[in-house]
Amino acid sequence: MTGDHQTLALLLFSAFVAVTLGITTWVSRHRHGSAEEFYAGGRLFSPMENGFAIAGDYMSAASFLGISGLIALFGYDGMLYSVGFLVAWLVVLFLVAELVRNCGRFTLADVVAARMSERPVRIAAGTSSVTVSVLYLVAQMVGAGSLVALLLGGTSQAAQSWTVIAVGALMVIYVSLGGMRATTWIQIVKAVLLLGGTVVLTVLVLVRFHGDVDQLLLTAAERSGHGRSFLAPGLKYGGDWTARLDFISLGLALVLGTAGLPHILSRFYTVPTARAARRSVVWSIGLIGGFYLMTIVLGFGAAAIVGPETVRGSNAAGNTAVPLLALDLGGGADSTGGTVLFAIVAAVAFATILAVVAGITLASSASVAHDLYASLRRRRAKPRSEVAVARTAAVGIGVIAIALGLLARDLNVAFLVGLAFAVAASANLPVLLYSLFWRGFTTRGAVWSVYGGLIPAMALVLLSPVVSGSPESLFPGVDFQYFPLQNPGLVSIPLGFVAGWLGTVTSAEVADEAKHAETEVRSLTGAGAV
Amino acid sequence: MQSSNARPRGSEGDAESPAENHDGLDTAGAEASAGVRYDDPWYDELASGWGETGGDGTPVAPVATARAQREDRAAAAADVYLEVQRSAAFQEVRSRYRRFVVPAGIGFFTWYVAYVVTATSAPGLMARPVAGAVNVAMVAGLGQFLTTFLLTWAYARHARLRRDRAALELRWDTQELTRTARGGASS
Repeated sequence: MTGDHQTLALLLFSAFVAVTLGITTWVSRHRHGSAEEFYAGGRLFSPMENGFAIAGDYMSAASFLGISGLIALFGYDGMLYSVGFLVAWLVVLFLVAELVRNCGRFTLADVVAARMSERPVRIAAGTSSVTVSVLYLVAQMVGAGSLVALLLGGTSQAAQSWTVIAVGALMVIYVSLGGMRATTWIQIVKAVLLLGGTVVLTVLVLVRFHGDVDQLLLTAAERSGHGRSFLAPGLKYGGDWTARLDFISLGLALVLGTAGLPHILSRFYTVPTARAARRSVVWSIGLIGGFYLMTIVLGFGAAAIVGPETVRGSNAAGNTAVPLLALDLGGGADSTGGTVLFAIVAAVAFATILAVVAGITLASSASVAHDLYASLRRRRAKPRSEVAVARTAAVGIGVIAIALGLLARDLNVAFLVGLAFAVAASANLPVLLYSLFWRGFTTRGAVWSVYGGLIPAMALVLLSPVVSGSPESLFPGVDFQYFPLQNPGLVSIPLGFVAGWLGTVTSAEVADEAKHAETEVRSLTGAGAV
Repeated sequence: MQSSNARPRGSEGDAESPAENHDGLDTAGAEASAGVRYDDPWYDELASGWGETGGDGTPVAPVATARAQREDRAAAAADVYLEVQRSAAFQEVRSRYRRFVVPAGIGFFTWYVAYVVTATSAPGLMARPVAGAVNVAMVAGLGQFLTTFLLTWAYARHARLRRDRAALELRWDTQELTRTARGGASS
């Protein structure tokens, strides 16, 4: 890439950073450092604002870069991500958003701990939330890394590493200075930018084909070298039975994982009521659905206009398909239009990564301070010091995410996000649903259900081809691969549910009728909600 | 705070929920209550079955009155929740919620799993052309988008017309009862 691209993209990105840092300082003017303010932004966002912020939190670099890349390389099989990511919101809307808003204060553990013996449940739920968040963060960091690699021509390792470090540092600044209020506004700005950028590119793709979607699909199929089968499932996941099971596993993880993502759950606490939480989800489903429909067009557009070979040549995992598409749509590498459009897309993608990363860091620092720290050191954990702990935790999580992000550089980001979803669906969703809907659920059931989902999910990832035993894995040199699937969801999600059931039926403790009544009444009516 | 509140008795202790006043009272609620039963597309078809099986069917003796001595504030407040849980009004709200969520949830989940499984196990079927470049797989994928949007709309509408108002009343009642229970115990 030429110097023009770099300069312009960096300029736009710096503008975004400046604006968001401005927001951070501006909104934290009157901040009084309470936990309410830091974790929930004062709980007074409107449904529309929160809907945009949820969409901003959810439409990650993985979606923007990863899914379009997968579609560009493998055609229809990439579309499964789009469908799964969207359908998942029905689980959130039906079973989680309102009830969680009514029952909890800041985190997932609040909902569960209300019915149970608090300490073990908080530690379990806090641990799994932090694990999910770190996995998700790594995906975003990898996205940032591959974007920089493209921007700088893929030569400079050092520059790539420094960018990942810079992204990490910025996110820590946003989160620890601005808390939820600043993070929310950053999400909103980013969601608007990302949707705007996607609309422009989609329109340009459609204009290129004179609005003829049929022609677009046919050209993509032809250019892919696979013919019509490019438009049908099977190119990526259609081989042997392991590949097919992997596809089903991923599909399950996507649809069940969203409702267990800590940074999504924490967003429902930023609105005043359950009704507002529901309306924010309706907003976000509209925005997210529109966005994913457009990523499908962009993916096939990249296949048709750029061609899978060029995409693969730039980044083997396909993460750079959209920036390359933008370059071509603007008029090619040497034109002004191409330069500008490429720079805009690169800057938007950066902004996306930065915002998502800030949201996750905030949620996981809340888990560390509000659940883990508060449980392990109950006496001294006053609200004010809890916020201080959360700020420190944000720094620690940032460091871990940077380190892992540098390590996992060559994995497809959409796929990495699939892993985070699998862990969320296995460890967080069963315990959440059981607590809300099962009268007989006990403390042991809650603890077992979290660890019974978390430990198998993590263990299966470690034993999977992702980590070892194949040329594309994290450690290609060694081989301790015993589990054939890349995504553990198919096994670990049922295990999480079974473990919760088993723990409950084997425990001597009888579920507290009154506490269940309280959870049920509160979750459906909002009585006593904060 | 009081002036904007349609349920005056809820206004005394609303410090915990300042937000209700600008958001909680839904505008649709008033005109909705009359025509709900006929408006709601989900109500008639699904009215039988789900709510009943999902409810906590076992008849429970009214324990609340039996506990004459309420020494413990927390215990008193906890009884309030048990009392509310057993009230007909709450059971109605709960069964309305379940009558929508259970069939709709099972429906979309089955449809999604069927889609994913078909995509993997029967690629031949999915590759069958429908019109031009569009094949069965494309139609099914876009169909998932469409059903998601439709269910979102249906759920939001159902909740707005059939749950919100009753739930809000229960909220005030419960908070009122909790306050009285606490106050009574402490004085």
